[in-house]
Amino acid sequence: MPAENTPAGNTPAANTPSGAHAASLEKGGTHRAAPQRLAQAALRDVPWEVGVAKPDPVVVVENVTRTFGGLTAVSVDRLEIQRGGITGLIGPNGAGKTTLFNLLTGFDQPNTGTWSFDGRPLGKLAPHQVARLGVVRTFQLTKALSRLTVLQNMLLGAQGQKGESFLRALVPGSWRNQERANTDKAMDLLRRFKLDAKKDEFAGTLSGGQRKLLEMARALMSDPQVVMLDEPMAGVNPALTQSLLGHVKDLREEGMTVIFVEHDMDVVRDISDWVVVMAAGRVIAEGPPESISQNQAVVDAYLGAHHDAPLTVEEEDRVLAQAEAQIAAEEHGGGEVIGSDTTSTGKDGR
Amino acid sequence: MGDLLNALAVAGKSALGFQAVFFALLAIGLNVHFGYTGLLNFGQIGFAMLGGFGIAISVTQWGLNFWVGVVVGLAAAVFLALLLGLPTLRLRADYLAIATIAAAEGLRLLFRSVSASPVTGGTRGLAGFNGAFISLAPWDTSRRYPILGTRWSGGELWVALVGWVLVALLCLLVWLLMRSPWGRVLKAIREDEDAVRALGKNVYLYKMQSLVLGGVMGALGGMVYVVATGAANPDQFQNANTFLAYTVLILGGSARVLGPVVGAVILLFVIQFADTGLRALIGNGVIPEGLLSATDVAQIRFVLVGLGLMLLLVFRPQGIFGDRREVMLDAR
Amino acid sequence: MRHPSARAGRTRDARGAIRSGPGTAASRVLLRLLLVLVAACGLAVLVPGTAGAEGEQVVGTLQTSRSGPIEGIEVTVATVDGDEVDTAETDDDGRFEVDLPGPGQYTVTIDADSLPDGVVITGEDSRTVTVDAGRRQPVQFGLNDGSQGAGGGNVEAVQLLVDGLRFGLLIAMCAVGLSLIFGTTGLTNFAHGELVTIGALFAWWVNTGLGVPIIPAAIIAMIGGAAFGALNELGLWRPLRRRGTGLVAALVVSIGLSLLLRYLIQIVYGGFSNPYTGLGTSRAVDYGLFRLTNQSLISIVISIVVLLLVALMLQRTKIGKAMRAVADNRDLAASSGINVNRVILVVWMMGGALAALGGVLLGLSDQVRWDMGFQLLLLMFAGVTLGGLGTAYGALVGSVIVGVFVQMSTLVIPSDVKYVGGLVLLIVILVIRPQGILGSRARIG
Repeated sequence: MPAENTPAGNTPAANTPSGAHAASLEKGGTHRAAPQRLAQAALRDVPWEVGVAKPDPVVVVENVTRTFGGLTAVSVDRLEIQRGGITGLIGPNGAGKTTLFNLLTGFDQPNTGTWSFDGRPLGKLAPHQVARLGVVRTFQLTKALSRLTVLQNMLLGAQGQKGESFLRALVPGSWRNQERANTDKAMDLLRRFKLDAKKDEFAGTLSGGQRKLLEMARALMSDPQVVMLDEPMAGVNPALTQSLLGHVKDLREEGMTVIFVEHDMDVVRDISDWVVVMAAGRVIAEGPPESISQNQAVVDAYLGAHHDAPLTVEEEDRVLAQAEAQIAAEEHGGGEVIGSDTTSTGKDGR
Repeated sequence: MGDLLNALAVAGKSALGFQAVFFALLAIGLNVHFGYTGLLNFGQIGFAMLGGFGIAISVTQWGLNFWVGVVVGLAAAVFLALLLGLPTLRLRADYLAIATIAAAEGLRLLFRSVSASPVTGGTRGLAGFNGAFISLAPWDTSRRYPILGTRWSGGELWVALVGWVLVALLCLLVWLLMRSPWGRVLKAIREDEDAVRALGKNVYLYKMQSLVLGGVMGALGGMVYVVATGAANPDQFQNANTFLAYTVLILGGSARVLGPVVGAVILLFVIQFADTGLRALIGNGVIPEGLLSATDVAQIRFVLVGLGLMLLLVFRPQGIFGDRREVMLDAR
Repeated sequence: MRHPSARAGRTRDARGAIRSGPGTAASRVLLRLLLVLVAACGLAVLVPGTAGAEGEQVVGTLQTSRSGPIEGIEVTVATVDGDEVDTAETDDDGRFEVDLPGPGQYTVTIDADSLPDGVVITGEDSRTVTVDAGRRQPVQFGLNDGSQGAGGGNVEAVQLLVDGLRFGLLIAMCAVGLSLIFGTTGLTNFAHGELVTIGALFAWWVNTGLGVPIIPAAIIAMIGGAAFGALNELGLWRPLRRRGTGLVAALVVSIGLSLLLRYLIQIVYGGFSNPYTGLGTSRAVDYGLFRLTNQSLISIVISIVVLLLVALMLQRTKIGKAMRAVADNRDLAASSGINVNRVILVVWMMGGALAALGGVLLGLSDQVRWDMGFQLLLLMFAGVTLGGLGTAYGALVGSVIVGVFVQMSTLVIPSDVKYVGGLVLLIVILVIRPQGILGSRARIG
C-alpha cells in the first residue's frame, strides 16, 4: 500500500486506488490548512479535460447511464473525484446532477455502468450499505426529521449502535454507555454548528438554514469519508451562507472528501478545488473553478440561464418552490400518470 | 333515570371488559405500525382473525393444547406480516394499505367460504376451545358477579383481567422499545425514510420488524376476543373493526404509549352508551320508530366511528389530550 | 365447489352461476344474475359489545327472477341443539321474519318440497346463523329457478372470459375515476366504493320508487353521481387541501367517510338486496361459444362506449388534456395557467358519474346492496394497482384483467372464493411488478 499514513494526496499515485484515506489526518489536527493545499496541489497538473484521471481518486464513475422512459438523465463516461478535495458539481436545471447523486448513493439504480468508492464497487448496494461504507449525503430538500428533537436527529447519525437491534433495545444496560458517548459527540458537533441551544427542540421548528446545518451535522455523526451535499445553500438565509461555507471547508480540513451540487457560482468559485459541469446528463467540462468560466461548452450550456447571480429572497423562494414541485411530481408519480404520449417527465434531473 | 343508569353501567362494563381490551390490543399494534413507524396497516383485523382462529382451529380441529394454539396463532400472524411486508414495504405507503385491507378481507372471505368450512367452520365458526383457559380462573366461573351495576360472568371477569394484564405488559414493552435507539429509528422512518437510509439504517428491516410486532399484538387481541366470547366466527372480524381501532388510536393519541388504552376505554364507553341509550329511547318511544328502529342502532356505532374519525383527523389529529404543535410539524 | 355435472359442453346459464355453492357474501359480489338469485340481505355486521339488547330476529327473502317472490314457504327456526323456536311462512313479497328468544346460534330451515315447480335450492336447505344481541340477522338461501339446461354447446372457458370481460369493464369504469382522483390530488380515496353504491341506490330509487325506466334512471343516477362527486370535492376535499391536510391524514379521512356513508346507507336503505324493475326478459341468448343475456350485452356495450368516450376526452378535449397535465405535475400545470381546482372538480364529477353508472350495471347483475361498492372497491384497487397507480389507461387494462381473472379462476377454485383469487392476484402483482403494467418503476419508491 503506497502512501500509508502519509498526508495522502500529494503522492502521485495516479489511478491506483489508495488504501489509506485522508481520514487519518483528522487525528493529526496539526494540518489545519494543509489538506486544501494538498488537494489543490495534487490537482494542479491535472489537465482540464472531461474524464481526466486524478492523482488519488476516491470515487470513480465509469459509463454510468440512467434513462427515464426514453429520456437520458445521466450518461457519464468517466468521472473521478479527488480524495480530500471539494468537488463542485454544477449545471443547469435538468442536467442530471441529483440523479447522479442518487445513483452514487444507491438511491437509484443505473441502466448501465459501474462506479466504485475507494476501489470497492458500489454497483448493487442499497442506500444504507453505501452510507455504512462512509459515503453520506444530504438532500436538496432538507430532510430534518421534524418530530424528533435536534439531539435525537443527531444520535440517529451514529453508526454501529447496539441499541438499534430489536432485542438489545429491550436491555437498556447494553446500549446506555454507547448512547452516552454518542450524546457527547453529538453535543460537540452541535456546539460547532451553534445548534446546541436547540438540542431539545423539535427539528421541525428550526429555520431552513438551521435545518441545513443540522442535516450536515447529522451526516458527520457517522464519521464519513465522503460527504455529498445536494444544494447545501438552497433556501438558506444569506446571513447563514458564510457560516455554512465555513463548515463545508472545515470538512475538507478534517480530511473528508466533499462533493456538492450548487447553483450559485460565487459559492462554487469560493470553495471548490475542482468543478465538474454537467448538462443534459453528460459531463461537459471539468477543471479548477477559474477554468470554468472560460470554457465555451459551459457558456453554451448556461446561455440564457441565470444561475451565476446570487439569489434574491424571492428567487430563492421560487427555486425552492420549483424544487418542491419537482419532488412532488416525482412522489406523486411524474410523467407517466395518464396518457401514453406524455413521455416527458419532470424527474430527469432535479 | 333507571334507563340512564343502566346505559351507564352497560357502557362501563364494555369500557372495562374484554371489548375494550380487544380494541386496545389492536390499537397498540397499530400504534407501533402507524403511530411510530408510519406504516398504514388497514388489515389489522386480519391479524386478529388469524390469532383467534389459531387457537380455535388448533384446539377444536387438531386437538392441540390451548397454549400450542396460542403459539400457532402468533406464528400465523408473523407469517402474514412477512407475506405482506416482503413485497410492499419497499413501496410507497399506500401499497401496504391496499395489500393489508385486501388480505384481511380476502382471509375473511376465505375462512367463511364453503370450501374452508371443514377447517374453520365456515359462517358457523368454531366454538368450545376456551375451556382450558377459563378453568385457570382462581374463582368460580359459573357464577355471575355484580360489579358496578352490571353482572359479569366469572369467565368474562377472568378474560378481562388477563387481558388488561396483557395490555399493561405490551404498553411496557412499547415504552421500553420506543425510548431505545431502536424506537428512535422507527420514529425517524415515520418522518422520512430516505433520510434514515442515507444515515446507514436498513429501513426495510426495521419496517418489517415493526409490521411483525404490531401484527402479533393484533393477533393477541383476536385471541382475547375469541376466548372471551367462546366462539370464533369469520364475520366477527369485519374490516370495519380495523378502523374502529384506528379511531381508538387517534382518539387516545397516536405515538403515545397509553394512547390506545385511553382511546379504547373512552370510545367503547361512548359507543356502548350511545347504543344502549338509543335503544332505551326507542323503547320508550322518545325516538319514534319511523325515525330510527332498534335494528338500526347496531349500525349507528359505525356511523359515529366514521364521523369521529373524520372530525378527529381534521380538527384534532393529535387526539384529545395531544399537543397540537407536534402534529403541526408533520409536513406530510 | 364445482357442480358435479359442470363440464365443458354442458349447458350453462349465462353467468356461470351454476358453479356457485350456497349463497355467501363472497359470491354475492360476483357476477351471478337472474337465474340464481341469492335472497341476500346485508352482511351481518357482527361487532363486539352489543350487550343487553332485545329484539333478535332472523329475516330473509325467497325469490327468483322468474318466479318472483315465493309465497307460503314454511321456514323453521331451531336452536343449534334442535329445539324448535318458531316457524313462519313467507309473505307475498317472499319475506319471512322470525322472532328469537335471544342472541345465539340458530338453524333456519326452509321446506324445500313446498317450493314451486322448477325452483330448487342450490345448497343445503338449512342455514346456521349466529345472531348477535339486538340484530336482525339476514339469512339467505340460494335458489335456482331451473332455466339452466336449455341451449347447447358453449365452452366454459369462453363463457367465463365473456363474463369476466363484462365484470372487468364494469370495474374499469368505476376505477378510472379512482385513478384520476389519485393522479390529480394524490388522494387514495377509500370512499370511492360508496360513490358506486350511491349511484346504484339512487337509480334504484328513481327506477322503482318513481317508476322511471331503467335507462333514464341510470342517466339520472349519473347526474346524481356527478353532483355527489362535486359535493365530495367542494364540501370536503377542497377545504382539506386548503387546510394543508397531509395525504395520509386525508386517506384516513376518506376511510371515515366510507364508514359513515356505508352504514348510513345501511340504516336508510336496510340490509336488503333489491333488483331493478322493468328489465324485460332475462333469458340468455346463445351465441355459440357462450350465452349472454341482453342486459349483459348492453352492459358490455355501454361500458366500452363510455370508456372510449373517456379516453377520447382525455386525449382530445381541452379539459382532458388539462386533467393529464394536472396529474402529470400539478404545480407546473398551475403555473402554466390551468385552473387546477376546476380540473379537480371536473375529475370528481366525472369519477362520480362513472362510478354511479358502474353501480347501476353492478346492480343489474348483482342487485342493489348497501355494501356493493365497498366489495367492489377492493377489486378496483387490485385493478388500479395492476395497471399502475395513478394511470387512467392502466386502471382500465388492470381492471379488465382483474375481472377476467376473477371469473376465469373459478375454473380451478370454488366460486365462493374466486374473489379471494383477485386479492391474491393483487399481492402477487405487488411482488412481481409493483409499478403495474403501465407504470414506471421510479414512482413507487
